[in-house]
Amino acid sequence: MISFDHVGVRYDGAREPVLRDIDLEIDEGELCLVVGRTGSGKSTLLAAINGLVPYFTGGTLTGRVITGGRDTAAFRPRELADVVGLVGQDPAAGFVTDTVDEELAYTMEQLAVDPLAMRARLEETLDLLGIAGLRDRPLRALSGGQQQRVAIGAALTAHPRVLVLDEPTSALDPVSAEDVLAAITRLVHDLGVTVVLAEHRLERVLPYADRLVWLAGDGTAVSGAPAQVLRSADVRPPVVEIGRLAGWDPLPLSVRDARRLAAPLRARLPAAPPVPGHVSRAGAGPVLTARGVVVRYGPLIAVAGADLALLPGEITALMGRNGSGKSSLLWALQGTGERAGGTVSAGPSGQDPARLSPAQARRLVGLVPQIPTDLLYLDTVAAELAQADRDARHEAARPGQRRTAREILDAIAPDVPPDAHPRDLSAGQQLSLVLAIQLAAAPAVMLLDEPTRGLDYHAKAGLAGALDLLADAGHAIVIATHDVEFAARSCDRVVVLADGEIVSDGPSATVLTASPAFAPQAAKVLAPLPYLTAAQVAAALEPAPAS
Amino acid sequence: MIASRLPRALHPVAWWAWAIALATAASRTSNPLLLALIFAVLGLAVTTRRGSAPWARGYRFYLMLALTVIAVRVLFRVVFESPVAPGEVILFWLPQLPMPSWYSGIQIGGAVSLQAVLSASLDGMRLACMLCCVGAANTLANPKRALRVLPGALYELGVAVTVALSVAPQLVESVQRVRRARRLRGAAGRGVRALRAIAIPVLHDALDRSLLLAASMDTRGYGRTSAATPANRRLTAALLLAGLAGLCLGGYGLLGAGLPGGAGAAAFAAGAAACVAGLALGSRRVSRSRYRPDPWGWPEWVVTGCGVAGAVVFCLGTGYNPAALNPGVYPLRWPALPPLPVAALALSVLAVLAAPPPTPAATRALAAAPVPRGGRPQPIPSAEP
Repeated sequence: MISFDHVGVRYDGAREPVLRDIDLEIDEGELCLVVGRTGSGKSTLLAAINGLVPYFTGGTLTGRVITGGRDTAAFRPRELADVVGLVGQDPAAGFVTDTVDEELAYTMEQLAVDPLAMRARLEETLDLLGIAGLRDRPLRALSGGQQQRVAIGAALTAHPRVLVLDEPTSALDPVSAEDVLAAITRLVHDLGVTVVLAEHRLERVLPYADRLVWLAGDGTAVSGAPAQVLRSADVRPPVVEIGRLAGWDPLPLSVRDARRLAAPLRARLPAAPPVPGHVSRAGAGPVLTARGVVVRYGPLIAVAGADLALLPGEITALMGRNGSGKSSLLWALQGTGERAGGTVSAGPSGQDPARLSPAQARRLVGLVPQIPTDLLYLDTVAAELAQADRDARHEAARPGQRRTAREILDAIAPDVPPDAHPRDLSAGQQLSLVLAIQLAAAPAVMLLDEPTRGLDYHAKAGLAGALDLLADAGHAIVIATHDVEFAARSCDRVVVLADGEIVSDGPSATVLTASPAFAPQAAKVLAPLPYLTAAQVAAALEPAPAS
Repeated sequence: MIASRLPRALHPVAWWAWAIALATAASRTSNPLLLALIFAVLGLAVTTRRGSAPWARGYRFYLMLALTVIAVRVLFRVVFESPVAPGEVILFWLPQLPMPSWYSGIQIGGAVSLQAVLSASLDGMRLACMLCCVGAANTLANPKRALRVLPGALYELGVAVTVALSVAPQLVESVQRVRRARRLRGAAGRGVRALRAIAIPVLHDALDRSLLLAASMDTRGYGRTSAATPANRRLTAALLLAGLAGLCLGGYGLLGAGLPGGAGAAAFAAGAAACVAGLALGSRRVSRSRYRPDPWGWPEWVVTGCGVAGAVVFCLGTGYNPAALNPGVYPLRWPALPPLPVAALALSVLAVLAAPPPTPAATRALAAAPVPRGGRPQPIPSAEP
């Protein structure tokens, strides 16, 4: 269906090609998963399938890409619209119209589909994706998961034989992500659509994949059956990691496979993990106390009376579905967001950050927003860091305790080049830069709003390391996140919000294993043993001799 | 119930024709009773036939704008003195501002007569009424759907306008987000630096978005012009250009006195013909279909017809005393209500009643709302302490 014949792509002005010598055959009806680190060329590979690379992005493509029998050298993306449907990471950015049914009809209108056929197809698509109830609604009023399903539907109405999806679940909470992925697997199984999918959270899609394409990072690709490719790939979900540690062959791809193989492993493992999922650095005496925090926007109550005390050196994960009030709570704690009721006291003298000037508030509580680049406006990393030092200058700073933004950045992410443009950095580097800028004001409390979205496994490991460093330095840290695996590995405590109320609050080992459906994969495989991460399994297996 | 009377949106062109006809009628009269009747008709149409979409909630703003127009008009008339004719009723005197002798054209302050205030408010009322007609059309017909009736050759223009319309709210949203985020950095800097700290992230955002949108449109087949040859395209462009030139020349000839009358009309007709030919040719090369095109049924004919008939009655001025349309304030007396124009406005009311009721989108949206908050199972049940 799709064939890449010695394909190489080099963008103008780049020293190294993004892709080189890629040979790939994707057959009809396959679900092909493309994995690789950020910047390894996943999006380039996907966009080459319908010719957006190089027609739209510029650069040079060598070799030959043939999609559905058409050579992309001869057909432009618009002329492949009846063969390939492509859905990007941010579905809202690709919407052309403003209501659901007009959006679904848009591609068909461009392809001059007969009006009667158009209506029939539209109804089918609405049912297939379970969005019939949304048909008249404005696109902007939909939730992230609904928008993503509408975007997929809009690509599907043209009856393409290939559907290309670039990280369709990166911004979604676990339940919405599950909905979208369920819809995708249904397309593969019921309609035989060929699906090519890039995804960071492998653990969700891997069980359904027929083929895995791993981009090694140097421009080359390895393609094959998932279990085979994962032996050498540098991106691995926890279930595969456990399989490798236990020496299972073939490698399990789903929790179910692993669970069936896990009985001997469970017998071998000590009843209590020798190391905790995350070594706590929490001290005593809260640095921030919030009581009865209420946030409301008109009739909508976003946070309904939350109580929270943050300890120095403690890393807290704030979890809950999209719209459960995580961001509102973080902004209210920082003092910049609205707060309709309750008290927040931070710092040694128990001040309310909402009553202070922005410059004073950020010395008590720092916040990295969901889109960190909103804070960046200068041309180079060095200029941003220097500006951060000037902004953070204050008399109260105790000499010796203050560090410059550059020093902080070097500690948490040593590889950020000072003369680069902040917009050219990877998502992980941008996050580190903004974190360093916010830390230059030396706040005792650091809040991060969804820092893990769009980060690959390596960037997440880097973030976890940076958070540990901050915890060592005595900062209290809160991260809002959907990522259960990340919470299991790097947080001491998990707070779950639902409809603006805190529904559970406790050590991560307790909260994350309380419900099997939302536990990390290691816990699902090894229950009832209280293991949370593959690293714990590795530590438990280590002392036992291999014999 | 007849199918064409089931709840649906009336064809946007029908509403626009009706509203423009009413505006034409309003422009022909300064009779306060007739103007008040037109306002009443508009009010009836808006309250009974508008949908529940965001663009249908804007009529209030047109009304406020209309009141402002009347107020400004009266204020100017009061402040800038006009010569008082004998027999006018003086309401009050404003202190007069002495003006230099070389600036004697305008007098500020002085006598304010009842007649002056009345004629100013009637003038303002007429203008306000026309404004409200446009507002009603915008409220009753989705402006974006109205753009869809453009001929195929102008499709690209329509898309550009649609995209621009949806970009504006996005830009506002993004400015708000960045301003809020800036406070997290201490909101340092004033003036140019503050502007830069907001403008650069917002512009980056806007550029990124527009690139993504363009890529998405390309991917989805926008601009597939299958049957167009370069010669065809060039001929279309030439026809349209010549047509526009002809229209300009003709307009100049018809309105001014520079050209003999016959030449102006001929140029106008030739230009119009060339434009139509160009649009037809251009539309032929476009292969595109339309999802759920708005039907044009008998309610559309009734709405358009009734509106136009009303405008014709106001414009012709036959069958009744045309002076009744503009009663004037000299002498000051209660204006008469001419029967035929009133009947014409009654026709407009009939048009409103003939239009199908709007789709009850509000109830539909409620029924279609996603799982209610709290309706889904909780991801993680509360851990027992």
